[in-house]
Amino acid sequence: MHGFANPARFLRIARWLTPALLVSGVALTAAALLWGLFAVPPDRLMGDTVRILFIHVPAAWLGMGGWTTIAIASLVELVWRHPLAGIAARAAALPGAVFTAICLVTGSIWGRPTWGTWWVWDGRLTSMLILLFLYFGYIALSDATRRDGGASSRVAAIFGLVGAINIPIINRSVVWWNSLHQPASITMGKSTIDPAFLWPLLIATIGFSLIFGGVILARMRAILADIQAEARLRRKAMAGVSG
Amino acid sequence: MREALDQWTFVMAAYAIGILGTLLMIGWSWVSMRRAEKRRDRSREL
Repeated sequence: MHGFANPARFLRIARWLTPALLVSGVALTAAALLWGLFAVPPDRLMGDTVRILFIHVPAAWLGMGGWTTIAIASLVELVWRHPLAGIAARAAALPGAVFTAICLVTGSIWGRPTWGTWWVWDGRLTSMLILLFLYFGYIALSDATRRDGGASSRVAAIFGLVGAINIPIINRSVVWWNSLHQPASITMGKSTIDPAFLWPLLIATIGFSLIFGGVILARMRAILADIQAEARLRRKAMAGVSG
Repeated sequence: MREALDQWTFVMAAYAIGILGTLLMIGWSWVSMRRAEKRRDRSREL
């Protein structure tokens, strides 16, 4: 793992991997969404609104996946002092927040014609909204520690780890509490979804995940470049003062 | 009484928000990465 701790080695890989992930992700997502829009039949109960799930479900998974990334990277940063782990955690916050917001908005749009309401304060929806607020808090905290010179980046890492408690709550919320939200349709190795809906859903999930990975790499490269530029300017300023 | 809602309006609204949000995120991340890397390269030349 520490083999990838070298920023130069990371950049060598990220330079070709970032556009590769983004281009293949956009192509796969576009194909899956077109399939979902025009080729998938309407569902017996949901009608045409079933098509919203090809965006809503991958967004929900990636919203939770973003925080899981933050928690794992924070743990690696705290325990092994991996130099890129803190950067990876910070980079995962924005795409995680965007996908959580997309999940909430598209879920609300789906709920209006299906449930007859835009919003209910049930376990799944509320815990997902809390996840969005956790993202806002994490982004504010990591930005503040960055301005601080990164000296207190452990605070953001601890926040990332503590916030992970919300992930199993989101996952189990439909089991623990009475909810309008249906229970999980896909569990370990099992699916109750008809193949006509399952395949475009899987391809959309892979596509959005590739985009998610590409955006994390792009943001890691941006953070690394900022750190390198600041360090270089500081060294030059110090050399100027001492000279 | 059952409301008569056009489901396609909701489908299109959800797709517009999902696609636009994703494209904006990709564009913003790519542009800020290119800007940061240019700034780093300029700092080398100083």
